[in-house]
Amino acid sequence: MTAVEVETPGTRPRARKRRRSRLLRGRGLHSYTWLIVCWLYLPILVMVAFGFNNTSGKYNFTWQGFTLTWYRHVFALPDLTHALVNSLTIALIATVISTTLGTLVGMALGKYRFRGRGGVDLVLFAAIASPEVVLGSALLSLFLTFNVALGYLTIVICHVMFCIPFVAVTVRARMAGFDHALEEAARDLGASAWTTFRLVTLPLLLPGVMAGALLAFALSIDDYIITSFNAGQTLTFPLWIWGATRVGVPPQVNVMGTLIFVVGIGAAVANAFALRRRRTHA
Amino acid sequence: MSTVEAVEARSGARRGRRTRRLRATLAPYGLVLPGGLWLAIFFVAPMVAMLLLSLQTGNIISGFQQTLHVATYENVVRTYHTELVRSLVYGLIVSAVTIVLAYPMAYWIAFHGGSRKSTYLFLTLLPFFVSFLIRTLSWNFLLADNGLILGQLKSWGIVSQDFHVLATPFAVIAGLTYNFFPFMLLPLYVALERIDKSMVEAATDLYAGRTQRFLRIVLPLSIPGVFAGVLLVFVPASSDFINASILGGTNTTMIGNVIQTEYFTNNDYPSASALAFVLMAILLIGIFAYARALGTKDVLEASAG
Repeated sequence: MTAVEVETPGTRPRARKRRRSRLLRGRGLHSYTWLIVCWLYLPILVMVAFGFNNTSGKYNFTWQGFTLTWYRHVFALPDLTHALVNSLTIALIATVISTTLGTLVGMALGKYRFRGRGGVDLVLFAAIASPEVVLGSALLSLFLTFNVALGYLTIVICHVMFCIPFVAVTVRARMAGFDHALEEAARDLGASAWTTFRLVTLPLLLPGVMAGALLAFALSIDDYIITSFNAGQTLTFPLWIWGATRVGVPPQVNVMGTLIFVVGIGAAVANAFALRRRRTHA
Repeated sequence: MSTVEAVEARSGARRGRRTRRLRATLAPYGLVLPGGLWLAIFFVAPMVAMLLLSLQTGNIISGFQQTLHVATYENVVRTYHTELVRSLVYGLIVSAVTIVLAYPMAYWIAFHGGSRKSTYLFLTLLPFFVSFLIRTLSWNFLLADNGLILGQLKSWGIVSQDFHVLATPFAVIAGLTYNFFPFMLLPLYVALERIDKSMVEAATDLYAGRTQRFLRIVLPLSIPGVFAGVLLVFVPASSDFINASILGGTNTTMIGNVIQTEYFTNNDYPSASALAFVLMAILLIGIFAYARALGTKDVLEASAG
């Protein structure tokens, strides 16, 4: 910038103009960012708003006034409630199993160099990169081949399968900045392998594990494509909604969507705060 | 501590070190085993099962026999090449549009977001806590022929009465773009955020103009993010069938819809699995060529955020 000052005075307006245009550009992109945010929230607003719509009959298409009826009668449709409960329990089971197995795989990949590491990497990459339709139909092919009855169990199996690679990759990324000397120090001070893992490794990995678990839960509860191939007669929340699209989606779906949204925000905010507190304490 | 105790402790430590070394060679296998088995049985084996199923002939009533009938592949590709090509074209368009939409935003957050960077990112990801299906249904509602947007435009006489958006390729592509937008934004942001700001300053000091700075510093350094984003958007977008079902019509059928119909409506398992296999082959060959040029680790880590 000093170069501008020693130049002839004639360049000064140009510098000012440049500064103004940079400011304008920053502001332009700022507005653009907010425009995109509005676009992203538009369908969400519709979902939330129509959960409060005083609609009568099957169709929830036009605004007929504000009501809290649907919040009072969220669980009025037994099938829908049952589907939601299925979704929640499946997501919970799949999260616990896939987080445990995925964390172990991620730790192995982040910590050790071993024969077959490339193979494990390849399988994880292929599982993440495979299109959902292909995963769904491949699993269906397996179940058809071995005459496995489709239902709750097959859904859990599928969900654990597609969650493991995401957890493993998240945990491995966390391992990248991991100081193995800490583990060695614990062992040298006489801690057993299990104690070292419990008191040193796990707490340090916890943010990665938590992020992996949240990701797994989110992937599981929202999955439609793979589930639709392997659900049999069992209904999950997304499957029930899909079935309802032909006859009209009831406002309870909006309410449940809104509630899941709010809980999701809560979990993410809580996780962010926990991380921040940990960071300031460390 | 007496000398005897010290000697004993030292020999114990040596023994401990040996078992520790043995454990260190076996440990990774022990850690990988449970998850690896799950993936072997429910990811690798299904792929083989699907391949075998695609080579069978027969029907749902009299059963399927393994005949290594390769002609099914030729048959499905001939019958459904329109849907196959359409899916890939939609995938490419969606990738291009998400780059154009997400790049300026990712750039602004990375370079001008200041202390609020993570807040902006969080704000962007928040809508995706809502179920994919509900989001897509909301768009169906918003874009309906006499819905909130078109109904208003029609009443103002801006568009003609029979103008419609639903059931057009535009609606499907718009829906896909919306749903996969964050998968482009995040890797772009990660790549742009990693750029050392002093490099841009150095370019300024060396009298590089704004365009020069962008074209010769920022853009080349953000290319890995673009690659990762394309991978994360192209694959799910081109194999999606939810958007095509909810927002599309008969002339926007994608390959995912065909696979679903073949399995569940026609019960033609060999054709369905052959189609799924063709789709995967096309996409995986593309991905691996891509990853080779780039290194899988970068792509994977970008995808994990």
